[in-house]
Amino acid sequence: MYDFAYHKPASLADAVKLLADHEDAKLMAGGQTYIPTLKQRLARPSDVIDLGAIAELRGITEEAGGVTIGAMTRHGEVAESAVVRRVIPALAALAELIGDPQVRNLGTLGGSISNNDPAADYPGALLGLGATVRTSKRQIPADQFFTGMFETALERDEIVKAVHFPRPEKAAYAKFPNPASRYSMVGVFVAKTGGGVRVAVTGAGQSGAYRWTAAEQALAGNWSPAAIDGLTVDPSGLNSDIHASADYRAHLVKVMAKRALAAAG
Amino acid sequence: MAEHGIGARVPRVEDQRFITGKGRYTDDINQAGQTYAVFVRSPHAHARIRGVDKSSVASMPGVLAVLDGDDVKADGLGNLICGWLVKSKDGSPMKMGPHPLLAQGKVRYVGDRVAVVVAETYAQAKDAAEALVVDYEELPAVVDLAGAHGAAALVHDEVADNLIFDWELGDKAAVDAAFAAAHHVTRMELVNNRLIPNAMEPRAAIGVYDSGTDAFTCYLTSQNPHVHRLVMAAFIGVAPEHKLRVVGPDVGGGFGSKIFIYGEECVVCWASRKIGGRPVKWTAERSESFLSDAHGRDHISTAELALDKDGNFLAMRVNTKANLGAYMSTFSSCVPTYLYATLLAGQYRTPAIYCDVQAYYTNTAPVDAYRGAGRPEASFLIETLVDQAAMELGIDPADIRRRNFIPRDAFPYQTPVALIYDTGDYQATLEEALKLADYAGFPARRAEAQRRGKLRGIGLSCYIEACGIAPSAVVGSLGAGVGLWESAKVRFSHTGKVQVLTGTHSHGQGHETTFAQLIADKLGVPFGDIEVIHGDTEKTPVGMGTYGSRSLAVGGEAIMKACDKIIAKGKKIAAHLLEAAEGDIEFKDGKFTVAGTDKSKALGEVVFAAYVPHNYPPDLEPGMEEGAFFDPPNFTFPAGTYVCEVEVEPATGEVDIVRFTAVDDFGNVINPMIVEGQVHGGLVQGIGQALLEGARYDDSGQLLTGSYMDYCMPRADNVPSFAVVTSAGTACTSNSMGVKGCGEAGAIGAPGAVINAITNAIGRRVEMPATPEKVWRAIHSNVAVAAE
Ligand SMILES: Cc1cc2nc3c(=O)[nH]c(=O)nc-3n(C[C@H](O)[C@H](O)[C@H](O)COP(=O)(O)OP(=O)(O)OC[C@H]3O[C@@H](n4cnc5c(N)ncnc54)[C@H](O)[C@@H]3O)c2cc1C
Repeated sequence: MYDFAYHKPASLADAVKLLADHEDAKLMAGGQTYIPTLKQRLARPSDVIDLGAIAELRGITEEAGGVTIGAMTRHGEVAESAVVRRVIPALAALAELIGDPQVRNLGTLGGSISNNDPAADYPGALLGLGATVRTSKRQIPADQFFTGMFETALERDEIVKAVHFPRPEKAAYAKFPNPASRYSMVGVFVAKTGGGVRVAVTGAGQSGAYRWTAAEQALAGNWSPAAIDGLTVDPSGLNSDIHASADYRAHLVKVMAKRALAAAG
Repeated sequence: MAEHGIGARVPRVEDQRFITGKGRYTDDINQAGQTYAVFVRSPHAHARIRGVDKSSVASMPGVLAVLDGDDVKADGLGNLICGWLVKSKDGSPMKMGPHPLLAQGKVRYVGDRVAVVVAETYAQAKDAAEALVVDYEELPAVVDLAGAHGAAALVHDEVADNLIFDWELGDKAAVDAAFAAAHHVTRMELVNNRLIPNAMEPRAAIGVYDSGTDAFTCYLTSQNPHVHRLVMAAFIGVAPEHKLRVVGPDVGGGFGSKIFIYGEECVVCWASRKIGGRPVKWTAERSESFLSDAHGRDHISTAELALDKDGNFLAMRVNTKANLGAYMSTFSSCVPTYLYATLLAGQYRTPAIYCDVQAYYTNTAPVDAYRGAGRPEASFLIETLVDQAAMELGIDPADIRRRNFIPRDAFPYQTPVALIYDTGDYQATLEEALKLADYAGFPARRAEAQRRGKLRGIGLSCYIEACGIAPSAVVGSLGAGVGLWESAKVRFSHTGKVQVLTGTHSHGQGHETTFAQLIADKLGVPFGDIEVIHGDTEKTPVGMGTYGSRSLAVGGEAIMKACDKIIAKGKKIAAHLLEAAEGDIEFKDGKFTVAGTDKSKALGEVVFAAYVPHNYPPDLEPGMEEGAFFDPPNFTFPAGTYVCEVEVEPATGEVDIVRFTAVDDFGNVINPMIVEGQVHGGLVQGIGQALLEGARYDDSGQLLTGSYMDYCMPRADNVPSFAVVTSAGTACTSNSMGVKGCGEAGAIGAPGAVINAITNAIGRRVEMPATPEKVWRAIHSNVAVAAE
């Protein structure tokens, strides 16, 4: 770890100001990704701004029929939230599949989506549910938030405040974990929503989570696992590594989609 | 059975400190004036070092020393050694390149030690190590075992074709003749995947030079402190042996990787003297452990079995290529030879066996002994080959084994590959395992699984291993540079408390409990009055350490022999006190009794008399302390049957182990709870090898599996609850306790059982690790990839 100045602001406004004032400042949420990055000397920030003391970034509220989850809400809190379990059980179930208990007790929703690891689970839920990301500056629809591997629409001095998830009619997430890291090797989130069917794939794509539009079309008139039987998944653009080839990932996308559809009912 | 005697499930006394955070590991030791070492490691698999610009960092804050290979050479320190000389078929000794403490002229694997930086703080040492400018000229690398022979690149210029040795064992002519006349030949190519040990505690070392006594102390993650001291003194020249104390405090797992003498421990001692005697501490980061701990396994083999029409084995022929990495580590040469090919008879009476082994250098981390060392490779090869033969001949896998077992009345049994098995009853362990696993009920379970869309399979593995390493004369005749006896001292205090000093080292095995049980049982001393001391060359008698499941069978027997001497001396004292003839004194349950009378003296009274010899035999030394050495007459031969049952998901290739049964013959068992724990751990490692673990380098020699993000360690949810039976023993004849050793069995026997179960489920064998993708591809290899 290189030396840096450490800040722990008590309000979002202070955090925004610190971020604006220090060119090489970085935010830290649960630190589950960022602390290992620092320890391996892969980052050299001048300042680290810990978001852990900002009360307004935390919490889960029922809003407009859906749920709004503060950026600093831990995965474990989402998994155990009575509200999330009632309104969007698939989202609580997804959170329960992230990492291990220690990671879930520290890792946050805001940290996960801002980092946009191509193997992370939450991006699948945001895309699959058509969520909206609320930041210190604006509201960004999920479809525009994730812009590439480890890339988002966030500006340098922009902080995620919360994510609003509309309530789906039906939804489920099926995850095939990478055997070593247990991140998703392929994760598929399916949802039947007021605005139509959404199928989001995470873990597989080279540029992060994406929507599988062919499946969405096939399911639009026939919400059932059989509806996607005729589809094939093109492996080009999918990750290939020592754990799984692109071909195998392409195959798993369909298998996981069918599992998710079966679970969603 | 006494509460703390032999056979009792005594809770481990060491666990109090381990589970309350009171363990004291090397990195927990902090001394006044301590400094920190960070090693600069090669980022290239193969490169010439054009120069190391030490001036670039010498003046950085806190830097005390920057040392490289030139300094090692200038100070006349020796190279690391390989302690076992293997000879090629033509009688020539194995060919080795030098293995310097810090690279000299060339680096040979990613992670090779180039230089060390010592600084006031860890962060300063890190900063300077990162800033050190090393000028490399990259060279082509050999990373692939299959391509090592005749590769354009030579890892060591002096070793042609990268071939270290081409060794053989067995009667080739007899084997070839048997194959020529055989009814059936089963042939397979198989890989034994490279593993990274991953002890929970990373390697660490602290070197301290005391100018007052001109002596060194090295605190070290060591499985064998005396062997470290010997090699560091006699070969490296760190200090004369009597001026070097090596302490292996609590050690958090080794699995073999902490047997070896590495450069780091030598360098921190030398560096301490260079900076005027301040302690120099080095603790590996986890990424360093992945790169630089000696790896395990890594074979490619061709195996053939000749059978008659009834499925009797006639002969076996094996060719193995073994990857030994970039340097010959301490015991690397004996692993794919004497610890491997000598086990190829397995549990069977195969009359003729021939094996030849070519060992190669590659630009990868050194490969050496890892839990089981050679024996897992042998057992896996035999047991998958036997299963394949059964499949080809349409014989039930249990039947083909029954047909070929060495029968129980044939012991001692001379195999065609040098070993003499003392005892065993292979059919008994098989039958017990089959019963426990409900082998007969398997077809019904398979049919039921099929209704759920799952492919269910069952697999057997009847392993054998050679433990209790080792008879010194035997290993000496085979090229070992040391003897492999063990030592012990049993020391009473005035008040009857006992210190047991052992040359073995406990790093997870529970010796402090097991050895105390031996004494409690043998001498009738209360268990709580016994203290087991190990791991410090200044306290314990010279010993050879812990590996090869030897600590109880060899080290425990040394303790028993020391106890015999205690009893013999006690009889003399008791005879004097009881005014009886020495020959009339009997010792039992902690009491010396005049035979046929009720006249007796408790051991405590006798011990007190020995220390306060007011009324004492005139010609006898006072005190009660006896030592013994024990050199075993033979190896021990633990054996058993493992039955694994899996369910495979055809849509994804996921393998779920639904049932695992282990019936082991470890001879007599001192503490069944500890033994079961050893079996559990070994099974998990074996299952890890079969399904999850595999070290992978890319074509340029970069380690792809350099963290837990990519190297898949088994976790609790990867394994089922095991059914373990350890009471199926035939007593070993090579020690008075009748014990065989249990530390490695699980890792040796499990891979074969798992892979055979998968083969049984899907009809094809998949190489280890049997990842979901490999299994899925095997299932669908003849079928278009359709959606399930
Ligand atoms: C062992 C382990 C296993 C894991 N397994 C999984 C898994 O199975 N699935 C999965 O999806 N994830 C997994 N993770 C990731 C983890 O769950 C977290 O989601 C992830 O580490 C990021 O969240 P964090 O709160 O720790 O963020 P941090 O590490 O603190 O920050 C991550 C990045 O986001 C930025 N950031 C943080 N908060 C904000 C904000 N509010 N606004 C703008 N930028 C912000 C930071 O500057 C940093 O660049 C795992 C992590 C570990 C260590």
